[in-house]
Amino acid sequence: MAQIIADLHCQIQNHKHIKLSAEFSCKAGEVLAVVGPSGGGKTTLLRMIAGLNHPDMGSIVFGDTSWFDNKSRTALTPQQRHIGYMPQHFGLFPNLTALENVVAGLDHIPKSARVARAKDWLERVNLHGLPDRLPMHLSGGQRQRVALARALAREPSVLLLDEPFSAVDRETRERLYLELARLKEQLLCPVIMVTHDLNEALLLADSMILISQGQMLQQGAPFEVLSRPRNEAVARQMGLRNIFDGEVVFQDSTKDITWLKFGEQLIASDFGKDRSVGSKVRWVIPNQGIRFNAITNGRLCRSFNKLDVTIDSLLVMGESVRVVCYATGTELQLNTEVSLHLAQKLGLTKGMQTTVALKSEQIHILE
Amino acid sequence: MDWQALWLSVKLSSITVLVLIPLSILAGRALAYRQFVGKSWVEALIMVPLVLPPTVIGYYLLVGLGSQSWLGQWLERLTGQQLVFHFSGLVLASVLVNIPFALQPIQRAFEAVPHDVRDAAACCGMSKLKILLKIELPMVWPGVLTAIVLCFSHVLGEFGVVLMMGGNIAGETKTISISIYDSVQAFDFGAAGTMSLVLLLFAITALALTTSLSRRLGGQRGANHR
Repeated sequence: MAQIIADLHCQIQNHKHIKLSAEFSCKAGEVLAVVGPSGGGKTTLLRMIAGLNHPDMGSIVFGDTSWFDNKSRTALTPQQRHIGYMPQHFGLFPNLTALENVVAGLDHIPKSARVARAKDWLERVNLHGLPDRLPMHLSGGQRQRVALARALAREPSVLLLDEPFSAVDRETRERLYLELARLKEQLLCPVIMVTHDLNEALLLADSMILISQGQMLQQGAPFEVLSRPRNEAVARQMGLRNIFDGEVVFQDSTKDITWLKFGEQLIASDFGKDRSVGSKVRWVIPNQGIRFNAITNGRLCRSFNKLDVTIDSLLVMGESVRVVCYATGTELQLNTEVSLHLAQKLGLTKGMQTTVALKSEQIHILE
Repeated sequence: MDWQALWLSVKLSSITVLVLIPLSILAGRALAYRQFVGKSWVEALIMVPLVLPPTVIGYYLLVGLGSQSWLGQWLERLTGQQLVFHFSGLVLASVLVNIPFALQPIQRAFEAVPHDVRDAAACCGMSKLKILLKIELPMVWPGVLTAIVLCFSHVLGEFGVVLMMGGNIAGETKTISISIYDSVQAFDFGAAGTMSLVLLLFAITALALTTSLSRRLGGQRGANHR
């Protein structure tokens, strides 16, 4: 059976037991990350796509084939959908060896070709010399790779990955990121990856949807969702903490600049949509939009807003330092991160008065 | 030593196990995985033989399946023989009384099969039957073996229900437990002692085997979740 290449379209509404509302598409060859806090409905969504659960209403369509449609009472089984599914704890069959686990997923090709295909995939995920081991004799990373090989060897219509890196240690995770990024180039099917780690989405996904408390809050490219959150709920889910009140003072349509009153200071934002002068807004800036070195080095330019601050606390976290500071003369708290090297170079200390730059292109006004 | 009674007990135990274990695998799997209204009541009903005196169960079976009851008459018409005071009646009684001993270990073993494994099997394209045979049974076999051992040994030692349902007909319903009782009544303590020793040794061996298998099942659960 040749692999069918098509896009996946989902429109899901669920009210019983777990509330869930989501509508999105995932193109062939695209990696879509489903991001959100635990208990938000991410795994339920994945199980519905797999056919392990059915939503109350909606439709799931793969290419021209309807997998689920409550109106026409269509509900294909997981077996009929021919998906590749990697559960959170990998779901390896403990009584079968690594090779047998991969072979078990190859029901779509002749029996005589299964072992060779399974061996080939174990090689492709860098599992050399381990085909005869039982899962209990494999490390976490090796189990993850067997599960990935089993899912991929099926030449699935859709590849579903549920928290694929949560059950392995950090070092293994870093290595597996690279391997999945490499494999991604060869994948032809839509890939849906559930994760609660935003960094994984930024690293591996082409697009993402953000789900919280069963509601889909935003879909877009990961960096776009991070830098242009639709509303405050999205901004908070994305871990953005620099969210402030402001007032629109002036909009310069020729330069696409919106001037905001922040405390007693004026700051420029590249936000282009029309806002009436005097309107109250909420705006956000990600940690990386706040810079220490630009001002100190005298490289202030049009795209930076100068802001005097007093450092309240510094927390060293490995190679980076989390800096909390207040805009001088206000109670407005800014959170940012700088590298340890830069913090030492600039001599940042608690209570120090300094100047930071807010990058205008990263100042985003929320809806 | 009443060899005929021992043989009858072994035959009764074997048939009970053969009837009960396949049914318990299907029922245990369903109870382990499915949620439905009244599940607690079904589970409570299954456990009743554990807490009800065997004579009470025997009494209800005797009255319910006797030739005076409509069920007994219907079964007699269907099979051409009455169930009470007959070996087939003993089989039915043993099956009913031993449901908790067979079902409980098997249900617990199925409950220990991780969700992820079952989901992965379905997503690998396996049918429900193939999942049961190829994935689940190799994982739950210690539970199945425990159920077999418990059932077999419990039927071997069953007294109250057997006496109530089958009476004491040599070669037909006289099991080893009833034979021990008979020997004591006849002051043949030598025969009673020998038969009791056989049952005692069997019980100890069965319990040791069960405990060892339970530990093994526990170890496997740990390995599955590692």
